[in-house]
Amino acid sequence: MIRHLISAADLSRDDALLILDTAGELAQMADRPIRKLPTLRGRTVVNLFYEDSTRTRISFEAAAKRLSADVINFSAKGSSVAKGESLKDTALTLEAMGADAVVIRHQASGAPHRLTGWVRGSVVNAGDGTHEHPTQALLDAFTMRRRLGRLDGLRVAIVGDVLHSRVARSNVLLLHTLGADVTLVAPPTLLPVAVSAWPCEVSYDLSTVLPKTDVVMMLRVQAERMNAAYFPTVREYSRRYGLDAARMALLPDHAIVMHPGPMNRGVEIAAEVADSGRSTIVEQVANGVSVRMAVLYLLLGGADPAGAELGGAELGGAELGGAELGGADPGTAEVLAGRAGGGRASPGQLRVGWLSGEASEAAR
Amino acid sequence: MTGRDMAASELAGSGTWLISGVRLADGELADLILAGGRITETGTGLTAAGARVLDGAGLIALPGLVDLHAHLREPGREDAETVLTGTRAAALGGYTAVHAMANTTPVADTAGVVEQIWRLGRQAGLCDVRPVGAVTSGLEGRQLAELGAMADSAAQVRIFSDDGRCVSDAMLMRRALEYVKAFGGVIAQHAQEPRLTDAAQLNEGEMSGLLGLTGWPAVAEEAIIARDCLLAAHVGAALHVCHVSTAGSVEIIRWAKSKGWRVTAEVTPHHLMLTDDLAANYDPVYKVNPPLRTRADVAALRAGLADGTIDCVATDHAPHPVEDKETEWQVAAFGMTGLETALRVVHATMVETGLLDWAGVADRMSARPAAIGQLDGNSPALSAALHGRPLDPGSPANLVLYDPAARSIVDPAQHASRSRNTPFAGMGLPGQVIATFLRGEPTVLDGKLAR
Repeated sequence: MIRHLISAADLSRDDALLILDTAGELAQMADRPIRKLPTLRGRTVVNLFYEDSTRTRISFEAAAKRLSADVINFSAKGSSVAKGESLKDTALTLEAMGADAVVIRHQASGAPHRLTGWVRGSVVNAGDGTHEHPTQALLDAFTMRRRLGRLDGLRVAIVGDVLHSRVARSNVLLLHTLGADVTLVAPPTLLPVAVSAWPCEVSYDLSTVLPKTDVVMMLRVQAERMNAAYFPTVREYSRRYGLDAARMALLPDHAIVMHPGPMNRGVEIAAEVADSGRSTIVEQVANGVSVRMAVLYLLLGGADPAGAELGGAELGGAELGGAELGGADPGTAEVLAGRAGGGRASPGQLRVGWLSGEASEAAR
Repeated sequence: MTGRDMAASELAGSGTWLISGVRLADGELADLILAGGRITETGTGLTAAGARVLDGAGLIALPGLVDLHAHLREPGREDAETVLTGTRAAALGGYTAVHAMANTTPVADTAGVVEQIWRLGRQAGLCDVRPVGAVTSGLEGRQLAELGAMADSAAQVRIFSDDGRCVSDAMLMRRALEYVKAFGGVIAQHAQEPRLTDAAQLNEGEMSGLLGLTGWPAVAEEAIIARDCLLAAHVGAALHVCHVSTAGSVEIIRWAKSKGWRVTAEVTPHHLMLTDDLAANYDPVYKVNPPLRTRADVAALRAGLADGTIDCVATDHAPHPVEDKETEWQVAAFGMTGLETALRVVHATMVETGLLDWAGVADRMSARPAAIGQLDGNSPALSAALHGRPLDPGSPANLVLYDPAARSIVDPAQHASRSRNTPFAGMGLPGQVIATFLRGEPTVLDGKLAR
């Protein structure tokens, strides 16, 4: 497993699947009487947020707390060289406080990269400028897999302001790694000029893409794009690239509609679409907590305080492996095995069965 | 005392040097005698009574380098560089003349400020500092600065530039090009269409898309260069294009020159070597304006410099204090230092690749920039500061001795510049400047400052 999560490209297929499988285990925790695991007891997770994003911060906070970590919220909105402390000095401060992980949200692309040079703990990118938002992509993939049962070969259309979207970047990279076929749909003005080098297809026409789509992901149109000649008017954008009920009817019956939120109802997505049975928007939020728990757990190496570089192999090793599986819930383990490997395995061979063991320990 | 008087008195006070067995740019081995600020004799088996002797075996002698584009930061940002530290860096890089860009605080847009910078250069005494005057007052792009007053000042400004900003208003650019014809001036344009580069961070291409950094498209440079070439042709004026960075720009300049228009151009060492993929880790040491481009652009720039489409190498030496680079990419300052590494980078990118021989290096780093800056003797007013001349008897003794066989890792801690933002840090580069002479006096000896 990697030490930091900065880009979805940091994740190998095995890493990504391990996170999704772990998140699946953790999601089941949410239904238990006691939802807390002792796993990260004594570890400190700092939420360093330079941008307002209550939903993402709360999601990370809930994730860390359910793993029993100590959580420090550090809001540094509007900080820059011009006003206030530099990112480096803030990083050194967090380092002095003993942060085991720093979850950073920043308006500057690459700020999490810079942070990795200044802190010893793990850095988790919670959205940097117009670069990436890898945990969003992970929760999106998790949601797709839950709803549709697979990712390999899944046809995913990502629609809207790809140029400025960190969600789109992370999704293209992650979904490609996981074997899905991505098509970006946008007006040419909202696509990077070199998008042809990305591992995906590109279309300017939403209506022709929808019938061949299993998942359609609508991106938010930021207010600041509306006056910079990316498109003539909001109404025209909505007509050509918005998802309304008539367009939704072009989708195959099983297809789902996603949105990372917050939505502009009536712009990129009509209310009747957002509130329809195809919509996974609320589910995405719930899944976000499970996925972020999995990321924090795996990056911080679970109960091993020195385990910053814990590898996937170690997870299946002596400490966490089959020996502890005696108390595991075999049903859960089989579900996981089916997802991860495509086949059935005996509980003793499962890499992530330990979670069930810990969960029952916590419940006691 | 005027510049001419001071220069004359310096010539008279110089000691005598015998440089033995040095290789000249044309490949010939020769001894050089420097006396009275000039090269007095060249040949083999020369002797000079009482002269200090410098063994030139294994060294190449080139005319002192001339930089058309450096940011010496004084007045205003003495935390980044001063004229003294900047000219130390220049001397160590083999330069005997540097042009100091106008974007200081206050802006070099009046006779008073350019004279101050010129005088600081005289006091430092390490190389001739030639102030560049701003084209528009305060670099604001609204009104012409008093170009004539700067030309007539003691600093005798001949190159004018709003560098860092583009004179994007076509009418203003036309007038500036026309106006400076009266005193033989040249407008050096920072070609960057501002509306196409709003908040731009990195070359627009695969990397900018991947990194989520706002793109700086090649067309924003090329469109301005094309427009300015047409304007220069229309009014019969001289245009110099700063820091050309794209393959398309080279094509446009090649076309303009084929028309016989008075267009010259420079390329920086970093654009000859580095590419935009270095930004992958968001280290702002690679943030520069114009941005690092692609391999294809680097190849076109090298070819353009080799065939003379691009006249010269200019450093765009842009020192910044640590805190202006140790930040997020998008708030970091643009710019890289370059004076102390330029010759070595040109050696690596142009000589080791076989694109230029040492005579070519002497032309692109000394003779042609000297001609563009009117330091080559063809402008009588500037005859005191002669640069870029062949190392012949009678020429001012401005020269650099360079060891092409040396090779070392670039260590910014060893640099004389006050700033450390070199993108070549940790890189192995060929060559070493052994000595630099300014009018017969060593400014650098044994690779170290001599004064």
